[in-house]
Amino acid sequence: MLYFSRWKVTAILLTIFVALVVLIPNYLSSDQIKSHWPSWLPGRQIVLGLDLQGGVYLLYQVDVTDYKQKRLKALEGDIRQAMRDEPRLGYTGLGIQGDVVQLKIRDADKFDEAGKRLHNLLNPLSTATLGGTAVSEFQLDQGSDGLMRLGFSSAGLDKRLGTVVQQSIEVIRRRVDQMGAVEPSIQRQGSDRILVEAPGEKDPARLKNIIGRTAQMTFHLVDLNVSPDEAAKGNLPPGEILLKQKEAGGIPMVVDETPLMGGEDLTDAQTSFQSQTNEPVVSFRLSTSGARKFAQVTTDNVGRLFAIVLDDEIISAPRINEPITQGSGQISGHFTVETANDLAVLLRAGALPAKLSVAEERTVGPGLGADSIAAGERAAMIGTVAVVIFMLAAYGLFGVFANVALLVNVILIMAIITILQATLTLPGIAGIVLTMGMAVDSNVLIYERIREEQRLGRSPISAIDTGFRRAFGTILDANITTLIAAIVLFQMGSGPVKGFAVTHVIGIVTTMFTAITFTRLVVATWVRYRRPSVVPL
Amino acid sequence: MRLLRLFPDDTKIPFMKWRKWSFLFSGIASVLCFVVLYTHGMNTGIDFQGGTLMEVQTKSGPADLEGIRNQLNGLGLGEVQVQSFGADDDVLIRIARQEGGDEAQTAVISKVQASLGDGVDYRRTEMVGPRVSGELAENGILGIISALALIMVYVWFRFEWQYSLGAVIATLHDVVLTIGFFAISQVEFNLSSIAAILTIVGYSLNDTVVVYDRIREMRRKYKRLNLVVLLDLAINQTLTRTTNTALTTLIALAALVIFGGEVIRSFTASMLFGVLIGTYSSIFIAAPVLIFLDPQLAGDKSTKKVEDDEGAVEPA
Repeated sequence: MLYFSRWKVTAILLTIFVALVVLIPNYLSSDQIKSHWPSWLPGRQIVLGLDLQGGVYLLYQVDVTDYKQKRLKALEGDIRQAMRDEPRLGYTGLGIQGDVVQLKIRDADKFDEAGKRLHNLLNPLSTATLGGTAVSEFQLDQGSDGLMRLGFSSAGLDKRLGTVVQQSIEVIRRRVDQMGAVEPSIQRQGSDRILVEAPGEKDPARLKNIIGRTAQMTFHLVDLNVSPDEAAKGNLPPGEILLKQKEAGGIPMVVDETPLMGGEDLTDAQTSFQSQTNEPVVSFRLSTSGARKFAQVTTDNVGRLFAIVLDDEIISAPRINEPITQGSGQISGHFTVETANDLAVLLRAGALPAKLSVAEERTVGPGLGADSIAAGERAAMIGTVAVVIFMLAAYGLFGVFANVALLVNVILIMAIITILQATLTLPGIAGIVLTMGMAVDSNVLIYERIREEQRLGRSPISAIDTGFRRAFGTILDANITTLIAAIVLFQMGSGPVKGFAVTHVIGIVTTMFTAITFTRLVVATWVRYRRPSVVPL
Repeated sequence: MRLLRLFPDDTKIPFMKWRKWSFLFSGIASVLCFVVLYTHGMNTGIDFQGGTLMEVQTKSGPADLEGIRNQLNGLGLGEVQVQSFGADDDVLIRIARQEGGDEAQTAVISKVQASLGDGVDYRRTEMVGPRVSGELAENGILGIISALALIMVYVWFRFEWQYSLGAVIATLHDVVLTIGFFAISQVEFNLSSIAAILTIVGYSLNDTVVVYDRIREMRRKYKRLNLVVLLDLAINQTLTRTTNTALTTLIALAALVIFGGEVIRSFTASMLFGVLIGTYSSIFIAAPVLIFLDPQLAGDKSTKKVEDDEGAVEPA
């Protein structure tokens, strides 16, 4: 038991050496790593969690209800269109009822024809391939009395939501990237959530404002014949809606419900300054087809107002003085440079396919992060020193061995965190400190065992040998149970809890390693050189 | 150099003799925990209730808690708690979950920021929506149960079912008392508290398994030894280890509680309590409970009759 082959000794010492090398970059600035640290050596630093460097954690929830309503509304329009195709089919009661669109066909002999036309609207999302079944977005429920209902198929809705989340992630990524956030992480969580983490972000409010905006931009013609007051009372001509103006104190305006153009016709948006007033504006450029459409509309409606609407709010409503044919334009809306920039970012990145709401938000200011690191470091330092002193007092020379093992343990933990690029959080630091308290346990188990064996009259070498062997099983059993609890914690945990679980799991593993190999090596070396007649325990 | 010894080498403390008292004590304490939990409830944080938490720091001098409280109460956000958080200029604001969906929750932050303005630093903002908070609570409970189940299986495989059950009883005891600790002290119960409980579960089991390991070893060695005597022997033999490990862990945790900062205090304080309870339970609950689970565990049919007569059976 106390014999170590040469390669084993080499392996143990090499492990520790590698861990030390891995740790060095943590003490260098990123510039130093770039210029002085050899590129063939691992140059990664420990990743600090949001709570230690400040930053934003945002969990977004796709508003499924809102999305469904929008889709059903579009479906309703499609159905109306389909029934109007020649030969026209007579129907009544077309409308959205909860989660379905329903209508009733008048003539009994037209039921089949109507069913056929509605069937075309089911919108196949994937075709049947080998072994799979075709998935359609909607399903048709056809009553014998001519009542037709179209609603989401559950597989279709799932698939749709999947696409929506995926698209949203891409849009968010474009927005966040353009804002210049450092290493943001954007990922899908569950079926309908998106998690955005931006460490080191100093202006969480602005980030939140940018990410959460649907940013659906549309152009509508303004109807000045209906007074907003009348409209507010509900006297709206069919096909028109009342929208409020973004500008504080601006009166609402009545506009056509159907937009002339949408944001999808935009190809670019930039901040610029109006030549006369020097006010920041957002200039945009339209796609070729968009430009053609825009030219047509502006030619037909010279002299009228058209509203530029972002997420149901009128940003500005300029008058069309002359046809705009060159395919570009400007939006002015009393912007500051920053709000103009933000709008340009939103327009460039595109609109979110569905409304998102914040389901969970955690932001930590950089000041608190720095304080937390300081507090964590101080606690770790004091805790370690106290444990070291206790071990010295309780076990003397063997306490020194235990403390060296403890040091190796900490080096290994930090190195593994660096290699895995696991995120170090404040609870993570607590996990390390706790591990240090518990790590000496294996040494305590071994030492107490050696003491007992020695009292039973064994020779020092035999006592040490038996002590290690007997304690080994206990250490394994005891640590595996702890490990199970820690792994469960890791599995279920999110954010801070995960951070704690990571260091705790790593700590338990390294503790077992140091107890089984390193401590034994140290004690064995000591025995070989000293040949003690009594174990000083 | 004389080494620090907390106990002499061969203690003969009759732990099993006290088992009626320890069971009585633990029983009463557990019931008390349930009663307090029922009457006072836990001070659940926003993780499980939903709502908003903000930590702000005043820029000029100590915070005027009363002023901030009045100011925020004027916003009509329902229940608003304003309390000092560590230092004089550090203020913790808690706002209950709002009626309405996620948007209503998000609006709270901007309303508070508009009200307090630039006079304060916003150090931390947390908002948890109603749906997420429910899931977090569910996951937490699920996590504790699955950890217990997995550990039960492991101990059952490595030992015998009596040990497995005994370990789980002792661990449940620790969980109940720790939850009681939260109910009585009204320390905030949040996500990290679940982490604390799972850590306590891990620690307490670690301790219990060490004692059980020794009991199993003794059983193999002294096949006909009376179970009560054997349990006492096993606990006494591992006593120094149990207390030394508990001490180093407590020292490390105490450093965290005192110097680790306000943000993780509920986490570290509950762990400190849990480690104490965990150490107690592995000696006074986990081991003696074996006597009740199976008096024949020691392989001695006469166990029941002689269990309390100390020295009735001499160690082999």
